[in-house]
Amino acid sequence: MKRAVLAAAGVAALALLPCALGNEYYVNLSSQVLIAAIFAMSLNILVGYGGLVSLGHAAYLGVGAYATAWVALRFGLGPFASGAVALGVTTLMAAAYGVLALRASGLGFLMITLALGQILWGLAYRWVSVTGGDNGLSGLVRPRPFGIDLTDARPFYYFTLVVFVAAFALIALFVRSPFGASLQGARDQPRRMTALGFHVWMIRWIAFVVSGFWGAVAGVLYVYYNNFISPHALSLTQSAEVLLMVIAGGPATLLGPLVGAALVVLVKDVASAYVERWTLLLGVIFVAIVLFLPDGLVPGVRRLWVDRIARRAP
Amino acid sequence: MSVPALAVRQLCKSFGGLPATDNVSLEVAPGERRLVIGPNGAGKTTLFNLISGDLRADAGSVRLFGEEMVKLRPDQRAHRGLARTYQIITLFPRDSLVRNVMLSVLGLSPRRWHAWRPLPGSGELRDKALAALARVGLEPLAERAVSELSYGEKRRAEIAMALAQNPRVLLLDEPLAGLSVEERKVVQSLLEAIPRDMTIVMIEHDTDAALAFAERITVLHYGNVIVEGTRAEVVAHPRTREVYLGA
Amino acid sequence: MAFWITQSLNSLALGGLLFILSAGFSLIFGLMRIANLSHGAYFMLGAYVGLTLLRTGMNFWLAVLLAGVAIAIFGGLIERFVLRRLAGQTLSQVLATLGIAFVIADSCLWIWGGDPMPLSGPASLRGAVRVMGALFPLYRLAVIALALAAFVALWLLVEKTRMGAMIRAGVDDLDMARGVGIPVRSLFTAVFCLGAALAGMGGVIAGPILSVYPGLDADMLPLALVVVILGGVGSLVGAGVGSVVIGFIYTFGQALLPDLAYVILFLPMVLVLAARPRGLFGRIAA
Repeated sequence: MKRAVLAAAGVAALALLPCALGNEYYVNLSSQVLIAAIFAMSLNILVGYGGLVSLGHAAYLGVGAYATAWVALRFGLGPFASGAVALGVTTLMAAAYGVLALRASGLGFLMITLALGQILWGLAYRWVSVTGGDNGLSGLVRPRPFGIDLTDARPFYYFTLVVFVAAFALIALFVRSPFGASLQGARDQPRRMTALGFHVWMIRWIAFVVSGFWGAVAGVLYVYYNNFISPHALSLTQSAEVLLMVIAGGPATLLGPLVGAALVVLVKDVASAYVERWTLLLGVIFVAIVLFLPDGLVPGVRRLWVDRIARRAP
Repeated sequence: MSVPALAVRQLCKSFGGLPATDNVSLEVAPGERRLVIGPNGAGKTTLFNLISGDLRADAGSVRLFGEEMVKLRPDQRAHRGLARTYQIITLFPRDSLVRNVMLSVLGLSPRRWHAWRPLPGSGELRDKALAALARVGLEPLAERAVSELSYGEKRRAEIAMALAQNPRVLLLDEPLAGLSVEERKVVQSLLEAIPRDMTIVMIEHDTDAALAFAERITVLHYGNVIVEGTRAEVVAHPRTREVYLGA
Repeated sequence: MAFWITQSLNSLALGGLLFILSAGFSLIFGLMRIANLSHGAYFMLGAYVGLTLLRTGMNFWLAVLLAGVAIAIFGGLIERFVLRRLAGQTLSQVLATLGIAFVIADSCLWIWGGDPMPLSGPASLRGAVRVMGALFPLYRLAVIALALAAFVALWLLVEKTRMGAMIRAGVDDLDMARGVGIPVRSLFTAVFCLGAALAGMGGVIAGPILSVYPGLDADMLPLALVVVILGGVGSLVGAGVGSVVIGFIYTFGQALLPDLAYVILFLPMVLVLAARPRGLFGRIAA
């Protein structure tokens, strides 16, 4: 019950945010944070709950975005239809990639996912006739759900917020379900789980596909936010950044990705106004977190909070 | 002549040229209590790993109540009624004891694929888990985190997890190892309380407790079965003495 | 005909560069089980340091050496103060190297700016030679020779010296090596410095061919990964063979099928990893 109240309060706070922020620039920034959070949540399914660290997750954001753009521009499909097609295509790709990547685990998995991501990045750069190469694809129109115009910052923010809340709720259900329990069990004790009757490979493969799906959702939002897509979205840097978000915020927590996304996006955008070298700052923060707060910010802060309360009690 | 609960025929496994399991054959009747003993390195745990499917056999057959298992994955074998405990505790330390056993019950339930609603804190799963814990006398500790349990309690929890699967054949890998005299008695009595619809195969050292429990004993040495028979036969056999005391 | 000869020589030259880059990566990965994701950054940093040294009018080869030393020291400090603190947690170590790669890359951008910069090779190696009827840059031939020399030197180190024996023991079975009294911590630092030095020197040597630019690290790291995965972790011969194979695939791929160059490059890596997690020659699974 308490959790439901907190969740409602959180959603309300996010809903009131644009009013508090006023300036359109910051509202747009908030949209960016939410899109990044969905992206990070999708990776967290694999990394935090599945124990499978991937360095190629940008593939799903990128293909989701490119597919949406290409279908919309080439076939003139409406924004929602293009998004739907993109989601389908990207999920299929995730299914195929999963079969390859799950041949290995640990560092081998990391390498395969990195390689698969690089292949797509290379394609995006070279297959100019389809992807526009370095110039990317532009000229997109934002969707009009129920006729509402999303061109301005605030309406688009609310649209993104709705998607974010839906994603958050569904992913929360997913990780708290029996399947989620089996995924986490497979992360911690794969051999034991097999002996108990769990099909560990299938569990991981399903998690991989679901993770790719939500990554694609982030990709569709991403391309509509920017009205533009370029190969950078598929780069190793992008995959590294989202991994950073997950690790920094706290893998295997529901709020961690949001916190991590906020951290990275804010450092990028806000800090860069004052500190020119934001990547450097990000890198330092990341190393510091890995060294001193290995569980990430959310569990780390939670622990500090619990310690403080424990110390106050007589 | 009824179908044996477990029939292993000419099972072979080598590691880099060294045979760990060398043409092992044995048959366990339904409801039997079989003890597998042998000096260290005899290949006992390897044999268990081959039967449970944790290791893939090079050759041979493993049949559970007549059904061929040797090509099946361990989880498939679990679904056909095989359960095992491990030598090294492989529980989930951060979770509560009851949640650990709930996972065990979940493993055989079609509900394990449900991804759209939360794992229920109460209900059928939990009841079955608590029942399994009661069988090993750990029900009062159900809500404790596994990491807080004593070694003896953890070992009993391992057995509870296997019992929760309601297996037809139960493989126990050194269930008494590292336990105090008191704890051994507890485990002994809970094993004796297991009804005869469950066949038990146990790896143990040749302690009195294990010997008392066993009806038939198989002695392994360098991956081979060297002696097999009733307790009395095996204990009296000259080769058994040879293997344990050195020729 | 000239086309094939030129491209083959280009392949060998690229292979040579890749070998110098990957040998260090392979050793670090093989011994310490760390996939050093900042390896590309060390390569780039070495190139920038070399560039600065060359601007002072220093001799090319001296610059190569000094850049190597500088990166070795830098790498040693990272190993000692960051990676060693995370001993035993390979994933955390890998993530830390990722963060460090970010730091190095941005620092280079800060110090040297965003424009690509050419790095001129030694005057003595300017110009071209006729090889079987084709005209080929002399410097690139020197790179091939240099890579061969590096291979021989490393091979001698690993096979014939005491340190090499310790490395081989560590790659085979780390706990056993510890048990026999091998000073594993110092060995780790030494190997990490060696790997970093190789990367740094590689950056300078590659300068005249690839030039120096922001993003060089992100371009080189995946190549090192492909080589090592293909050739097998912890194996020098594997790194050598892998480098040559990738050199050929990349060069001919670029020349004949530029649109698919990256696919051709990474697909073998994926296939090898999926089929044989040990790579072609490696001794431990990735």
